[in-house]
Amino acid sequence: MGIPIFAQLVNVLAAFLLLLAFSMLSQRRVLTLIKLLAWQGAALAASTAIVAWSTGQTHLYYSALITVLLKVILIPWVLHRLIDRLFVRWDIETLINIPTTMLIGIGLVIFAFALATPISQMATTLTRSTLGIALASVLLSFLMMIVRQKAVPQVIGFLAMENGLFFAATSATYGMPLVVELGVALDVLVGTFIFGIFFFHIRERFDSLDIRHMEKLRED
Amino acid sequence: MEIAIVLGLPLLGALLLALTGHRDWAPELNATMSFATFFATTLLTVRVIGGGPMAAFEEQFFVDPFNVFLVALTAFVGFTTALFSRPYMRIEQDQGRVNAARLRLYHSMYQLFTFTMLLCLLSNNVGVMWVAMEGATLSTVLLVSLYRTPASLEAAWKYFILCSVGISQALFGVILLYFAAEKVLGPGGTSLLWTHLYVVRGQLEPTVLSLAFVFLLVGYGTKVGLVPLHNWLPDAHAEGPTPVSAVLSGLLLNVALYAVVRSKVLVDGALGRNFSGGLMMGFGLLSVVVAAFFLSRQRDIKRMFAYSSVEHMGIMTFAFGMGGPVAAFAGLLHMTVHSLTKSAIFFTVGHASQAAGTQNMDSIRGLIQTSPAIGWGLVLGSLAILGMPPFGVFTSEFMVLTTAMHEHSWATPFLLVALGVAFASIFGKVQPMVFGETSAQRLAHAPALVPVFVHLAIVLALGLYIPPYLVSWYRQAAALIG
Repeated sequence: MGIPIFAQLVNVLAAFLLLLAFSMLSQRRVLTLIKLLAWQGAALAASTAIVAWSTGQTHLYYSALITVLLKVILIPWVLHRLIDRLFVRWDIETLINIPTTMLIGIGLVIFAFALATPISQMATTLTRSTLGIALASVLLSFLMMIVRQKAVPQVIGFLAMENGLFFAATSATYGMPLVVELGVALDVLVGTFIFGIFFFHIRERFDSLDIRHMEKLRED
Repeated sequence: MEIAIVLGLPLLGALLLALTGHRDWAPELNATMSFATFFATTLLTVRVIGGGPMAAFEEQFFVDPFNVFLVALTAFVGFTTALFSRPYMRIEQDQGRVNAARLRLYHSMYQLFTFTMLLCLLSNNVGVMWVAMEGATLSTVLLVSLYRTPASLEAAWKYFILCSVGISQALFGVILLYFAAEKVLGPGGTSLLWTHLYVVRGQLEPTVLSLAFVFLLVGYGTKVGLVPLHNWLPDAHAEGPTPVSAVLSGLLLNVALYAVVRSKVLVDGALGRNFSGGLMMGFGLLSVVVAAFFLSRQRDIKRMFAYSSVEHMGIMTFAFGMGGPVAAFAGLLHMTVHSLTKSAIFFTVGHASQAAGTQNMDSIRGLIQTSPAIGWGLVLGSLAILGMPPFGVFTSEFMVLTTAMHEHSWATPFLLVALGVAFASIFGKVQPMVFGETSAQRLAHAPALVPVFVHLAIVLALGLYIPPYLVSWYRQAAALIG
């Protein structure tokens, strides 16, 4: 009877992840967005650790540790420093108003579940039902990147998408091989730093982090 | 061992160039390291052609005729582009568009970019391949914004966001692939190794793999520049330094297509029907047609040739989608001749726009008067890329067209119309730039035109006569992806 409890815990965390994805969609303050991102990382790390403990896959402990270091501590801290230096605190205008975005989000979740059901039925892992949630949070982050017009929220959306992908990897397959996870983590880290460098360059040139200024290059 | 040298040299080059900072000899060091890498890849090629496929380092790396051909091509174009970049970047520095700090970044990132592409090609691990592909984006994004102009920042931001999002979709595809493989091969490191997956491809779960392929195609397809995922490509090509445009067009797009083709082989084995081929043909044809019609509307010369790259990547994707020995052969040949011709064109375009002081085609005139070699290089390169006989592009396009007529005759009119439109648009714009009157000055440094004519000579030679050993090499590679 011990094992289903772990599975239930992972399911609870999965639901938490989805909830966080939705609250990111509706959140206007950048500072809160970063906190939500850190919480999402924490949920991801906890679920990875639980899967590691219940299945005895030791490499997942490393994965959980990397997640804590990178996504709960380092990246939120870097983003925090960045918005302090750049004075990005103000509310964010979205392209589509928030209720409509939420409705589209619900549609995306249904779509994700429809897509994932045939696959998760094939899975032998205990946590297979969470694959749909993982896909849903990837799609929700994608939506967030589309509707936000400022650079920082777009990056947060991108990082949330990576969280969703990692969650898919642990829930569907008990995690990718360690070398791949390490590589992906390195890419995410380097990517975040490059985003940081970019913020300064964009700010320097455009005097704002609003990417509406950057719509000169298009076909007419 | 050869693999370690091939991968080690560019990494060492990146370190050296980053640590020493910008010196007068940095461009030469860059070219030397690229040449050393190229030399190491020829050794590797000789070994693989003679001894057959090989794996190394607990099968984490794998070389067969298909990827060794791309490895050699990547290292060769990487080397010639480094030669071209010597005078080009010196002129840019004289004109005050870059400073020493940015040149340091440029040179070390150039080597790192070569490293990531070679890693992507040589890796046997589908996951590491993904990591290397993302690494290639990360190493070039700061090169696209090297000039720090508003337009270049915008282009780099677009490139970064679109490619990162795209490649995240590919990661989901890799996860699904691993999910299917784990059931057959068991958990652990080996179930993402391409050689192992290839052996058991018939037992992989078809539904999962078809979904995985959609994600992989969309993800890597963003980097290939397939329409409608191509938005980043013209901007990144137009706003970055020209050597970067040359390697993006000539090499990175090929590497991304390589990843798609490797995935296709697995999916075809699992599904037993041509699901992936149909998708690739659709995307390929759409890219050819849309890009051809965008060509005529361009004013920026580098933008125009970037759209031409989209068009040619479409032709290759279409060819690999059709499958079969002839189409795969044509696809491989087209990969070779396109990257040689397109990089040669970018070399001439780079110097031409430096001489004219603008990339606007209306202001570039009379190249043949100021520097005949650049002018003739541009004319010949354009004729070659437009598929004029006797250049090699004609041979490969002809093979694609005849195969299409046999097997998918509905597609031929689209291809023919697109090629015709592309000819009219590009040639109509190149002609006044080359001939016509001008008052432009000569360049301060002698332009590097040897790479241009070496590339064009190879393309011409491939159009006239493909040596038997090259034919058997292409055949071996085509058989692997058939």
